[in-house]
Amino acid sequence: MVTIHIDGTSYQVDEQQNLLEAILSLGLDLPYFCWHPAMGSVGACRQCAIKIYKDENDTQGKITMACMEPAKEGTYLSLNDAEAKEMRSHVIQWLMTNHPHDCPICDEGGECHLQDMTVMAGHAYRRHRYNKRTYRNQYLGPFINHEMNRCIQCYRCVRYYRDYAGGDDLDAFAAHNHVYFGRHEDGVLQNEFSGNLVEVCPTGVFTDKTLKSHYTRKWDLTTAPSICHHCSMGCNIIAGERYGSLRRIYARYNGKVNGYFICDRGRFGYEFVNSDKRIQQPMLRKERNADPEPTDKQTILRHIAERIQNNDRVIGIGSPIASLESNFALQQLVGENRFYGGISNSEDRLVKTVINILRQGPARTPSLKEIENADAILVLGEDLTNTAPMMALSLRQAVRNIQKKIAQKLNIPYWQDAAVREAAQEEYSPCYIATPAGTKLDEVARKSMRLAPVDIARLGFAVAHRISNDAPGVDNLSKELASLAAEIGESLKGAEHPLIVTGTSCRNENLLHASANIAAALKNAGAQPSISFTMHDANSMGLAMMNAGTLAQAKHEVQEGNADTVIILENDLYKRIDEDAATEFLDQCQHLIVLDYLHNKTTSKAEAVLPVSAFSETFGTLVNQEGRAQRFFEVHIPAEPVQAGWQWLKDLSTAAGKNAMSDWQNFHDFTRHLSNAMPQFKDIEAISPPPGYRVADQRIPRQSHRYSGRTAMHAHHNVHEKKTPQDKDSAFAFSMEGYRGQPPPSMIPLFWSPGWNSAQSINKYQIEVGGGLHGGDPGKRLIEPQEKADSPYFKNIPEPFEPGENRWLTLPGYHIFGSESLSMHTPGVAERAPGPYLSINDHDAAQLNIKDGADATYVVADRPYTLAVKINASLPRGVVELPAGLPGLPTAILPAWGKFSEASE
Amino acid sequence: MENVLTKNIRPDQRPVSLKEYEEAGGYQAARDAVKKKTPKEVQEEVKKSNLKGRGGAGFPTGVKWGFVPLGDDAPRPKYLVANADEMEPGTFKDRVLLEGDPHLLIEGMIISAFAIDAEVSYIFLRWAYKKAEAAIEKALAEAYEAGYLGKNIFGSGYNLDMFLHTSVGRYMCGEETGLLNALEGKRATPRAKPPFPQTSGLFGKPTIVNNVETLCSVPSIIAKGADWYRKLSATEDGGTKLYGVSGRVNKPGVWELPMGTTMREIIEEHAGGMRNGLRFKGALPGGASTDFLVNEHMDIPMDYANVSNAGSRLGTGTLIVLDDQTCPVGFVLNLERFFARESCGWCTPCRDGLPWVERILESIEQGDGRNEDLDLLNMHTKYLGPGLTFCALAPGAMEPLQSALKYFAEDFERHIKEKRCPWRH
Amino acid sequence: MLSEQEQREIKAEFAHYPQKRAACIEALKVVQKHRGWVSDDGIKAIADFLDMSPEEVDNVATFYNLVFRKPVGRHVILICDSISCWVTGYEQIKEHLFERLGIALGETTKDNRFTLLPMACLGACDHAPVIMIDDDLYHDLTPEKIDQILENYE
Ligand SMILES: Cc1cc2nc3c(=O)[nH]c(=O)nc-3n(C[C@H](O)[C@H](O)[C@H](O)COP(=O)(O)O)c2cc1C
Ligand code: SF4
Ligand code: FES
Repeated sequence: MVTIHIDGTSYQVDEQQNLLEAILSLGLDLPYFCWHPAMGSVGACRQCAIKIYKDENDTQGKITMACMEPAKEGTYLSLNDAEAKEMRSHVIQWLMTNHPHDCPICDEGGECHLQDMTVMAGHAYRRHRYNKRTYRNQYLGPFINHEMNRCIQCYRCVRYYRDYAGGDDLDAFAAHNHVYFGRHEDGVLQNEFSGNLVEVCPTGVFTDKTLKSHYTRKWDLTTAPSICHHCSMGCNIIAGERYGSLRRIYARYNGKVNGYFICDRGRFGYEFVNSDKRIQQPMLRKERNADPEPTDKQTILRHIAERIQNNDRVIGIGSPIASLESNFALQQLVGENRFYGGISNSEDRLVKTVINILRQGPARTPSLKEIENADAILVLGEDLTNTAPMMALSLRQAVRNIQKKIAQKLNIPYWQDAAVREAAQEEYSPCYIATPAGTKLDEVARKSMRLAPVDIARLGFAVAHRISNDAPGVDNLSKELASLAAEIGESLKGAEHPLIVTGTSCRNENLLHASANIAAALKNAGAQPSISFTMHDANSMGLAMMNAGTLAQAKHEVQEGNADTVIILENDLYKRIDEDAATEFLDQCQHLIVLDYLHNKTTSKAEAVLPVSAFSETFGTLVNQEGRAQRFFEVHIPAEPVQAGWQWLKDLSTAAGKNAMSDWQNFHDFTRHLSNAMPQFKDIEAISPPPGYRVADQRIPRQSHRYSGRTAMHAHHNVHEKKTPQDKDSAFAFSMEGYRGQPPPSMIPLFWSPGWNSAQSINKYQIEVGGGLHGGDPGKRLIEPQEKADSPYFKNIPEPFEPGENRWLTLPGYHIFGSESLSMHTPGVAERAPGPYLSINDHDAAQLNIKDGADATYVVADRPYTLAVKINASLPRGVVELPAGLPGLPTAILPAWGKFSEASE
Repeated sequence: MENVLTKNIRPDQRPVSLKEYEEAGGYQAARDAVKKKTPKEVQEEVKKSNLKGRGGAGFPTGVKWGFVPLGDDAPRPKYLVANADEMEPGTFKDRVLLEGDPHLLIEGMIISAFAIDAEVSYIFLRWAYKKAEAAIEKALAEAYEAGYLGKNIFGSGYNLDMFLHTSVGRYMCGEETGLLNALEGKRATPRAKPPFPQTSGLFGKPTIVNNVETLCSVPSIIAKGADWYRKLSATEDGGTKLYGVSGRVNKPGVWELPMGTTMREIIEEHAGGMRNGLRFKGALPGGASTDFLVNEHMDIPMDYANVSNAGSRLGTGTLIVLDDQTCPVGFVLNLERFFARESCGWCTPCRDGLPWVERILESIEQGDGRNEDLDLLNMHTKYLGPGLTFCALAPGAMEPLQSALKYFAEDFERHIKEKRCPWRH
Repeated sequence: MLSEQEQREIKAEFAHYPQKRAACIEALKVVQKHRGWVSDDGIKAIADFLDMSPEEVDNVATFYNLVFRKPVGRHVILICDSISCWVTGYEQIKEHLFERLGIALGETTKDNRFTLLPMACLGACDHAPVIMIDDDLYHDLTPEKIDQILENYE
């Protein structure tokens, strides 16, 4: 810490920061544009002008850009100096020479950093009396709208898109005051993190097209903190609703998890909530072969109560995308031993292996933020950009760690972004990626290799052995792999923060074992490794931690006649297991009761279907792949009788005359009982304050103080103002009234601060710029490795992969758009998803005489699929990939052997 | 006075060949430096000579070299770049050297590269200099052939490669960090300083960028010594300087004169005075981005300190003369149009301020000026100043404007009052 | 696609730089030399050859004023509009060219013979006013001289 003097007052600030960061960290205001807390300084906009003095006695001073000046001991500076202020107002004046005066119709209005800074800098009167320049806009795909006239040339977009997110199809063109930001020609922005442009751009150039399609002013949104449900990373989001439909997703800053950003699946995949496939009413099939008919809440409750009352043959099947509370409620309803996990056996085994490894040690699982510190990385089997997008983004930052060192040597502070990049050029910290097919991250990898999963595992085992002789060695390793293993081993061993990343997407347990061995070997060699596992679903970890039985066991119970009534929670089994097996199982259930929010194949088989809330319509807790439990809150109340899964289950229980949950009054009671019932969840109650929590006797409002039309919104139905709904489940209010100061960090419904209406107000919520939130970043880590981990090495090393005679190992290939089913209900996501295909190595294709783009008939699990062939030279021979998760393809049973049928030629 | 820079230049301006250059004693200084001196010694000699950068900023060359890390653990490769972009309007001095005596530049670069122990050097040439391009290409081939470039030059064990890069336009290529970006194949936007190129420059490695005239001064300093060099002029700055004159004078041109020759001598003697019937109204002493000097400055010695005391900059030393039959508002408008067009578009004040200035001047010149326009112009001269913009382009652009507003205030006011340009009728 | 000749010329430049991408400007020059200008396809071809995206190449190409991203005539006339030429008769030269060629700045004659572009100081101020046609500099210009000069270009 150093002392600096601002307008006569002395402050302690962090000398790692530049003056702009220091000033903002102190809670003071200074306008800026080009600087971004995650991207550092480049000094382009000249907005952050301050006066710096040589010493205490200097009265002259010199105007300087705060973002380009390190916080040095004994700096004397002024924010209020008249010249500095004038400079700041002129910068706005210059920016406004060409900026349209279209705030009233601008998509950014009300959340516009330029608006805020204009007010802050005090420029009000236009003196430029000439024409403005105009630009042509581009089509950038289904997610992002482009309105170049609003551009103020802060260069943030290209810096974010290219330098931070690794995209290469957005750039700056032309020069002087004609600089243009866009693509080379109209077309879809290819980067998976393009949506963050919406928040990074300080004006309305890049805006959210999905919001625009059902536009509402930002201050009219009802918002609450939520957790992204589209993968296992648990990114924090803010969801916003108006007129009963979900309108947009914004990144919610969490210093430990996603920081400022989210991926495009998370941002744009929300439209399933508004889908016309939503189940709106309870559906009941009076007889087994009758059509389901809509019914009311009482009827359906009575019907199901009859089925489960005094019936000891009821079992429940939970879900890795449902909250802990809903899963727990189901378990309470059916009984501890009659609750099953709802994922395939192989998935179940994988996730449980992960949990064991994490509990045992040897290594800790890092948060996304901690991943950014890794200085040597090995990725085994995961195509992260598609299976855990935000982890890929973190790795892109991590590989720059070596640049920090280079910069340090040259005395360049790391926040001097352009200077660091110029000094370091294309130097990256070591990152090795072994996957079946090429991945986008390969471009920043030191080496990337294409292997079948067992061979990836063998490589991993060999790396472990290289690091520590105690780890079992690998026989018959090719020379190439052996030398690679040696190189990787050295690199990990020599690192300060070595990281191993793997996951369940290859569905290969050997990979998990190999990764654990590497971590153990590193630990034994005295290093401080971390290990991170990606998983398939938003609550895969949470569900696995509940120690439920497996789906196979559930099936067994039904087959054996030990169960006749099956309650399935938010889970389409057709996506989990082989289709025929699913049908067989569901047909065997005498009474099938399904709770879900979207119609799907499983609901179509049900005797009774209960309409449940989607994530934005209820509360819950999810555990991400890091073992961090995080809470999401209800944004808006669904139309009756839709209600939360846990609420239905409680109502069922009560209707059936059971006491288990009868006196649980609200959501928080479910959480509390769960943390009491299961020690592994004991910390989850404390993730957020209870419903009785008040600040200054007030609730936290979900609506902004500018929220409009409250009394008019329903006037076409009823001129009486509706009573605002009471929230018994949390300390939020469905109202614009309430406490306007900073809520507890887990309960931030939107970032706002006086004078700061855009996401830039996050500065005001942080202990220091880019650091944790005041009061601690939300979420609780539930799994820590044992203190002194003495984890034995896994010994079962698989045989090398042998390509078969006329048979191919069929693997799932993941796609950020397409492999996750909820987001596929967003038209834009569906548009970006690939069509069904089969990819195969070029040699294999040549041998089979099939051409790129031609149709081939491929048989897996005895079922033929006719698919367009995509030649992918990166695949190892003997391996084919099918896109994971696409409707109609057998993802659930992969990996499996398959073959080309004669018909394919 | 002995000429240092132009001594070999032939009257017919055909480039001096290697043979001719060597016959006149060429490459001896480089040979001596590389074989008999250490880099430090070369640096010291140049420091002692008080040679100041001829690219416009006048920074002492030896001192600048001194910031480059030397020794075995210095980052490598290190680079030397000759800034032959010369795009400052009214400046045409480097062209004379490039076209007339390319070996002088190459020799100067060999010595300078050796002084910082660089292994790769570039000549960054502006595209329009086609004759220079041909001359340099030929001279480079000759020098490689003779073993003065490449591996083990002069049999000294020192290796130096030299490449020619011709640009594709833009004034910003002359700004040294913009130049480095252009050499890396990127947009010529400037880089932040610090870090200075001396420690983190081309491809992130230590780099020196020097002006052509600066580099061409080096061989004589090494051959004849710093003391000798300093005595070539009467003023502190020492040495000789290429001075030029353009505008409506009788004999526009470039001459090598002792540093500190007066403006009067340059204009009246060397440039033959004003053309018939015209009177001197003012001059930009060193290219478009310097402040006007006027009649009262005729007798000051044109060196760094004296021109600076007179409120301007020596800049490139090539004067642009404004005569009394030329509209000063139109003159400044022409300059600002250039600067606005050449702004790289990186920083706000320059990108958006200069076009505004251009339009205001245009209105005034066309008889549509308003009184508040002068306030706006003054605002720009103040807030587009050094340190407020990212690089020196915009502050340079403000120099002729601010001095014009001072010396020719009446002319601006007349335009506004009479709603016309008095020179046009 | 780049022609073999173009590829050869660009490759020759690789030796001058530690990174392939650094030859981007050289590549633009090569393509322009052979094709007169750099089309969108030219940008893509260069991008392919240098392992860059078209955006990255166009980012550079559109910055520099002497990379022609639109078709130009067989000969390009660059007329210096900077200060020394302006003082010594630029307007007159410009008007004369307009009249002779029937085009304004930035335009190409109908017969595709000339494109007329404004250009910053050509560094021949002692012989102002000046123009450049293709690679040739013409100085101390008068309208009469221009008529003669234009004759030399088909
Ligand atoms: C906009 C701008 C254009 C410049 N153009 C040139 C130029 O064409 N030639 C040159 O030698 N220096 C030019 N300079 C100065 C260079 O940045 C740099 O100071 C110079 O090349 C250093 O060489 P010296 O130390 O030998 O003077 C320019 C500076 C600016 C700000
Ligand atoms: S002053 Fe600013 S916009 Fe102008 S050239 Fe320099 S950096 Fe670019
Ligand atoms: S924020 Fe400091 S210059 Fe842009």
